[in-house]
Amino acid sequence: MLHFSLPEDPCLAELRALAAERILILDGAMGTMIQTLHMTEEDFTGNGHIHGPGCRHHYHPDHPQKGNNDLLVLTQPQAVEDIQFTFAMAGADILETNTFSSTSIAQADYGLEAAVHDLNVAGAQVARRAADRAQAEDGRRRFVAGAVGPTNRTASISPDVNDPGYRATSFDELRQAYGAQIDGLIEGGSDLILIETIFDTLNAKAAIFAAYESFAKVGRRLPIMISGTITDASGRTLSGQTPTAFWHSVSHARPFTVGLNCALGAAAMRPHLAELAGVANCLICAYPNAGLPNAFGQYDETPDQTAAQVADFAREGLVNVVGGCCGTTPDHIRAIAEAVAPFDPRKVSA
Amino acid sequence: MTRYLCLSGLEPFVLTPDIPFVNVGERTNVTGSARFRKLIVNRDYATALDVARDQVENGAQIIDINMDEGLIDSKQAMIEFLNLVASEPDIARVPIMIDSSKWEVIEAGLQCVQGKSVVNSISLKEGEEAFRHHAGLCLAYGAAVVVMAFDEQGQADTFERKTEICARAYRILVDEVGFPPEDIIFDPNVFAVATGIEEHDNYGVDFIEATRWIRANLPHAHVSGGVSNLSFSFRGNEPVREAMHAVFLYHAIKVGMDMGIVNAGQLAVYDQIDPELREACEDVVLNRQPKSGGTATERLLEVAERFRGGAREEKQRDLAWRDWPVEKRLEHALVNGITEFIEEDTEAARQMAERPLHVIEGPLMAGMNVVGDLFGAGKMFLPQVVKSARVMKQAVAVLLPYMEEEKRQNGGEGRQSAGKVLMATVKGDVHDIGKNIVGVVLACNNYEIVDLGVMVPPQKILEVAREEKVDAIGLSGLITPSLDEMVHLASEMEREGFDIPLLIGGATTSKVHTAVKIAPNYSGPAVYVLDASRAVGVVGNLLSETNKADYVAGLREEYAEVAERHERAERAKERLPLATARANPAQIDWSGYSVPAPSFTGHRVIEDWDLAEIARYIDWTPFFRTWELKGVYPKILEDEKQGEAARGLFADAQEMLKRIIAERWFAPRAVVGFWPANATGDDIRLYEGEDRSEVLATLHTLRQQHAKRAGRPNVALSDFVAPEGTVPDYVGGFVVTAGPEEAEIAARFERENDNYASIMVKALADRFAEAMAEMLHERVRRELWAYAPEEGFDPQELIGEPYRGIRPAPGYPAQPDHTEKLTLFRLLDAEATTGVELTESMAMWPGSSVSGLYIGHPDSYYFGVAKVERDQVADYAARKGLEMAEAERWLAPILNYVPKAGKSVAAE
Repeated sequence: MLHFSLPEDPCLAELRALAAERILILDGAMGTMIQTLHMTEEDFTGNGHIHGPGCRHHYHPDHPQKGNNDLLVLTQPQAVEDIQFTFAMAGADILETNTFSSTSIAQADYGLEAAVHDLNVAGAQVARRAADRAQAEDGRRRFVAGAVGPTNRTASISPDVNDPGYRATSFDELRQAYGAQIDGLIEGGSDLILIETIFDTLNAKAAIFAAYESFAKVGRRLPIMISGTITDASGRTLSGQTPTAFWHSVSHARPFTVGLNCALGAAAMRPHLAELAGVANCLICAYPNAGLPNAFGQYDETPDQTAAQVADFAREGLVNVVGGCCGTTPDHIRAIAEAVAPFDPRKVSA
Repeated sequence: MTRYLCLSGLEPFVLTPDIPFVNVGERTNVTGSARFRKLIVNRDYATALDVARDQVENGAQIIDINMDEGLIDSKQAMIEFLNLVASEPDIARVPIMIDSSKWEVIEAGLQCVQGKSVVNSISLKEGEEAFRHHAGLCLAYGAAVVVMAFDEQGQADTFERKTEICARAYRILVDEVGFPPEDIIFDPNVFAVATGIEEHDNYGVDFIEATRWIRANLPHAHVSGGVSNLSFSFRGNEPVREAMHAVFLYHAIKVGMDMGIVNAGQLAVYDQIDPELREACEDVVLNRQPKSGGTATERLLEVAERFRGGAREEKQRDLAWRDWPVEKRLEHALVNGITEFIEEDTEAARQMAERPLHVIEGPLMAGMNVVGDLFGAGKMFLPQVVKSARVMKQAVAVLLPYMEEEKRQNGGEGRQSAGKVLMATVKGDVHDIGKNIVGVVLACNNYEIVDLGVMVPPQKILEVAREEKVDAIGLSGLITPSLDEMVHLASEMEREGFDIPLLIGGATTSKVHTAVKIAPNYSGPAVYVLDASRAVGVVGNLLSETNKADYVAGLREEYAEVAERHERAERAKERLPLATARANPAQIDWSGYSVPAPSFTGHRVIEDWDLAEIARYIDWTPFFRTWELKGVYPKILEDEKQGEAARGLFADAQEMLKRIIAERWFAPRAVVGFWPANATGDDIRLYEGEDRSEVLATLHTLRQQHAKRAGRPNVALSDFVAPEGTVPDYVGGFVVTAGPEEAEIAARFERENDNYASIMVKALADRFAEAMAEMLHERVRRELWAYAPEEGFDPQELIGEPYRGIRPAPGYPAQPDHTEKLTLFRLLDAEATTGVELTESMAMWPGSSVSGLYIGHPDSYYFGVAKVERDQVADYAARKGLEMAEAERWLAPILNYVPKAGKSVAAE
């Protein structure tokens, strides 16, 4: 099992060299960009024709697909690619695949468990095309980060009050679901694996385990990015860990970056990010939301506002990679990239 | 970089040089604690958790958990206990040492802990291959390891063997596996001394010297040991054992032993040991010749008898709070999640209160509010809040019999629960963690929870709310589109005459949204609930006979203010003007299109229904959905988790189906009609005759008005019917019903207290109605209208809608206006021909009925009209001859604006 004996993927060296020079830029929100397209049920299902790279998928009319954003890599690949391309041209070095929910666990709610392999392969391919297009345009190397979301189950928390020992999922179930996803992401051409929006560290540990199993299959070790989310005022993950406890739990992945995303916006993220930056011996990544959602679920922070706060992270030497989560548009990413450009990346104590 | 051992539970632990020694709690080890073993064997997990908690309170920085007991399934016990520990934040805050001699137990444990734990232990006992494998897995799970000085030859007893094995293990781990050296903890084996066997006399020294060597020669690695082994021969004499341990640790720590498995509550302080006893212990541990002569063992045995005392009491916990007044005690117990005294305190409070209910509404609710405040301020976190809720549950359980007794004395029926709350994550949304937590907290407060799960369609929510007679509905959603679903559900509740409270919660919800968008659509109370800790207070007030009126009045005032403020700030929202949307219809080339005339015009009753034939057309997937089993039929029957339940259900359904068919339980009826038709604008005109000179009726349709991407039309149903002046086209309509018998049969089962059969027969009646619609549609395509006479799909293939044409139903997304059913029913004379009636709110009765239109063009498809603007509603009202306000009432769920005063915000 495992190995740190596995050779590193060459892109890790490339990323390290780039990250030593400047703060790298991750892209912005896919979900909120897709929402602005006002797609309908028939857009989501491609009028009922869901074709994967391998085969045609049958969805059931009783499973509405509207809102299944990940499905768009199969049914509206151009729309997804265009969003990613726009982010790349706005300054993103790393493009996230549109595969946040492409695990058999998350897709079960849409009846599309069988499409998971295709969703991830296609998700990576679409991002790869966007990355290559941008590189052809301006000559700058872009990286594709295979996005691995938390799923909608928690391995550490019981959903049943009368049975605190009960679990709606297990490590092994998660490991297998993540494994299938990561295999697909690698097959589709991802340069990195990004385990993000972690609210239960045990889920993330299953993803890390799965990632290393997938790496063993392809015989090389891709860079891993790990990103937790802190939504409580208590400054803990949903499953109750402090940022430092979280870092201790995931440091065995020897990640390329560890950091925080989503949650409450840049201002609320700062103290937790500072704590992580103080303990982690790898690069630090932060991609907050464009502030807090307003009463109607929209994000009001302007690009300049978000960028100013992210620039504070950079000024204080807390970050190596920055980007945006919910509500951040290409304009936000452009503003962030410009705002952090004057600052040196955080130095890692090694 | 400094290389420290970093571990974590909910909180981090770093073994820095400032910490001379890490206390690993040993009381949760079945091999070391008879009490714990008994608790585990008897499955008394609650008390077993108390043991773990006591250790942490007594200062254990890590707790060792071991379930290696022959009588129990160690692996299962490890899983269950670790899962329970994870739910106890005051225990889970420290890292766990997963202790077993069986690798499969260790691995099962590693899969249950989110923190970075310690594996105890791996060794070279089974050779290098197994050692490498286990070490690799520890690395992959992210755990530190205890490595026992044990190899293929056995356990190391001498200094030479201990150091040789540790060195070999270290090289393999660090050089071959890539294990971080700071994550390695050697256990060079503590053996019993003073056993009377001479070969054992030097064991203490061997351990201490091996420790010194390891710390000097194996960089960053640590040393640990199970200390209680040392004093094995003095079992029963606790004072002497404690003194031996203290002396041993004193010397071992000095040379670098930085971790040990000890009873954190029972450690003597080296300096406070009686000097005589201490010297005797040191002679034994350090294998010295006693000054007074004889052997060290003899000397200690001699001294030991004098120090034998009663078992020393465990350190008293701080119980000062027990002296506080009862209200403060209850609050303390709630905030700290302490269940130990809750029953007696609740009873004390009850005796002081006028009515048992006052204890809940008074001190208990006050305590939960403190919890809510602390949570809001970030001073408590979620798992702690859930624990508080559990304490609350126990308190309420104490009061319940008294409350029932009180009701009985007042002549009322004893009510079982404080109220029934339906919880659901709305349609289109799959996030349910927050909802589950609210459910947990409410359930703990004696509310009965009816949890419908995720992606619950509004019809289902209302259906269940009615069937279960719930007292409140709680909706949850995380993604933005869920907000609209909530508004829609509020409108549906209004339309169907509900008046129970509607609770709104979830990440994107807000008080403003609830006040502006949801509350105005519902005349019952619609309340935004900030977080789980607030749910109890809100529901308590809403269901309280005494508080409800004032509370609701206060809410209304507050929300009216919020809404007013918002309206002033309201900005334009993007909707296309109706004219622009109309200029972008679905493009269908009508030149050269022709469709055959139906075999008849006007309506016709279809009577020759064969129940067995209908059954072949049943789509079973929604049937399982009715029963909360998610998955596609037939795959669901083989589903790993739900398969068994699904198979049982399916077998029962098949059995009832046979009876339904054999005993003709249902008398299905249907009517179908066709009329010459052409579109004019957004309407469809139906004509008396083929000459199309006289209009029989007009079907009104609504057009999508949202901004579309280039190339995407703004569709209305009328786009799929040939416009006037092009080619002759037709439209059909139908109503099918499984018949009213279903309700009677269900009621009969209910009287027999067979709710299962009652629901089953309803579920099957619904399936029959849907299957009839599918079957009739096929017959229309092949025979009655006959535009596709050659079509030959298998009944089960029809589920995927592979055929030409659609059958949109009024009240569904393609035509959200339910009042269009009036026209359809009039055309078909449906009430007379089928017995199906329309209720005041345009619902069909009997419930297992389906109605719709038939549109035949091959390019037609199902779509959603989505939100429409005031300009279209005004136009639609005029076309239908409705008052604007009435049109707005029926279209409330799809209005893109707040009706009544105020100007349209659509772009002009």
